[in-house]
Amino acid sequence: MQKLVLINSQAVPLPSENIDTDQIIPARFLKRISKEGFGENLFRDWRYNVHTNEPNADFVLNNIKYSGEILVAGNNFGCGSSREHAAWALTDYGFKVVVSSYFADIFKGNALNNGLLPVKVSENYLKDLMNTITNQPETKIIVDVENQIISFNERTENFELDSYKKICLLNGYDDIDFLTSKKEAIQKFEQKAQKVYAQNL
Amino acid sequence: MSQNKTLFDKVWDAHVVETVPDGPQVIYIDKHLIHEVTSPQAFAELEARGLEVFRPNQIVATADHNVPTLGQELPIKDELSRTQVQQLTENCKKNNIELYGLGHQYQGIVHIIAPELGITQPGMSIVCGDSHTSTHGAFGAIAFGIGTSQVAQVFASQCLLMNKPKSMRVSVNGKLNKDVQAKDVILYIISKIGTDAGTGYFCEYAGNVFEEMSMEGRMTVCNMSIEMGARGGMIAPDETTFNYVKDREFAPKGEEWTEKVAYWKTLKSDSDAVFDKEFEFAAEDIRPMITYGTNPGMGISIDSKIPTAQNESEEKALKYMGLNAGQSTSDIKVNYVFIGSCTNARIEDFRSAADYVKGKHKAENIIAWLVPGSQKVAKQIYDEGLDKVFNDAGFQIRQPGCSACLAMNEDKIPEGEYCVSTSNRNFEGRQGQGARTLLASPLTAAKVAVEGRIPAFENLN
Repeated sequence: MQKLVLINSQAVPLPSENIDTDQIIPARFLKRISKEGFGENLFRDWRYNVHTNEPNADFVLNNIKYSGEILVAGNNFGCGSSREHAAWALTDYGFKVVVSSYFADIFKGNALNNGLLPVKVSENYLKDLMNTITNQPETKIIVDVENQIISFNERTENFELDSYKKICLLNGYDDIDFLTSKKEAIQKFEQKAQKVYAQNL
Repeated sequence: MSQNKTLFDKVWDAHVVETVPDGPQVIYIDKHLIHEVTSPQAFAELEARGLEVFRPNQIVATADHNVPTLGQELPIKDELSRTQVQQLTENCKKNNIELYGLGHQYQGIVHIIAPELGITQPGMSIVCGDSHTSTHGAFGAIAFGIGTSQVAQVFASQCLLMNKPKSMRVSVNGKLNKDVQAKDVILYIISKIGTDAGTGYFCEYAGNVFEEMSMEGRMTVCNMSIEMGARGGMIAPDETTFNYVKDREFAPKGEEWTEKVAYWKTLKSDSDAVFDKEFEFAAEDIRPMITYGTNPGMGISIDSKIPTAQNESEEKALKYMGLNAGQSTSDIKVNYVFIGSCTNARIEDFRSAADYVKGKHKAENIIAWLVPGSQKVAKQIYDEGLDKVFNDAGFQIRQPGCSACLAMNEDKIPEGEYCVSTSNRNFEGRQGQGARTLLASPLTAAKVAVEGRIPAFENLN
């Protein structure tokens, strides 16, 4: 996993609420057996005309005014299916941060496991940020992972980040490294668990 | 510290291997279910790191998401689908994992086969790279969907790193109206509390309505916990649960059975356990439900009018669905009916549909697909003679798989068409690009197929 320390970038506004992972990457594009290439189908059905496969001019990813490593989305982002392909599609496209006022649990976990940082902000902050970047696309947003701060135009807000996940992001570690170092404790647990069942608890 | 524990606390605490200071907990996983879509990258990850699957005996695999439901005995036509299924077969073989692939008598939707084979048992921790893993909570197990990175973690260590979710309880007491099925109960709950009410929580369903429900009904309810944002749902195991599990292929036998049941009986929330959030509903208020929008929270009782959009996303949903506020549901031009998916493709679902359909015929305008959840359910449909009822009525019985729930195989609803579906999601494009999904119970779906439109239910009380 790549390290994520400080992001200083323009952002892309996507004000829809309840964006589910079927929209982020529709099921028909889940058939690859590697993690690469999902970015081309990110938001496929919003991004391209379903019949002609021509880009939809009114979709934000097709608007040259907007670009950057940060996606700013409406409330309850990433709900629905647990497909990690949604996180892969976002990172493969080039996003490093998603800002919203709410994230679905599984999506949040998947994102963090792939070095994509979900930044949960207050509804007011999200509203101001969305307005600002929509009207002034050149606005730079700074996301400071170490200090857990997001800021734009002198407006700052703190965001929550599990201290373990923070260490992972800052160092580019992941959970498999940690879990495989715990084999002994896991084997002890297995022996104990068998006894617990045997004793009827 | 208080000893008053919730059901969730009891099962969770029994699986904590250790707690990372200021961090998550290492949670032991008893059963890991896998399928072809979310596992290939996890196997590749393991191989890239030179790691072996730690506990292959605790993993069960099946092919379900993009398998065809016609001509399953033939090679899969779609090349990408075929490759994914082949990859699963190779990965399982290489890693000594039990696979119920196409052609196997146990093959089916992962959340249907594990309970019917007795793999799912009370008090377990169960994960799968599929959000509807919450289904297995119906047995008083902690069961939840995981991402592919986590599939790799469980392969490598049989554990996951997790922060303990908060607990909520939804109670429904009273007497259900006639024709109200488990699906209506959960659609009603989600319509009331919203699609994000459960985010960060594990939900226990309590009250006499769930106590009196069959295991099939409980699975339908827990299946859709994810649709209100919860990590999982749970129902305390009781005699109904034990009777369901007993004598199934992989259920404990003899002395082990007695020991397990004694343990399982301890798995219920203590009377003074405190939940972080509680909701209560009266059974009498629930009527047969149908969704009209593009998330499962946009549901109404079937005899209501389409409500006015309250915000931009509801406006967008109505536009996608081609519906207007004030319209009656019976005006919607439905052409497809799908009874299937991990929510409602169990034998009880087909029995209830067949009970209604018997002696009737489907309407001209309706294409009705019946997709059993597993080979075993399919066999029961034929053994019990339900096939005759459905065939006489013009319904098409297909072969087991996820099918038109998520349109990864050929079973797609054409653009702009309406489908009354017993699946769990009505998202844009979920059943095919531009398809319009209306979620409902198996009984409602059967009535729609026969009447050719969404019916008004009478004599609710």
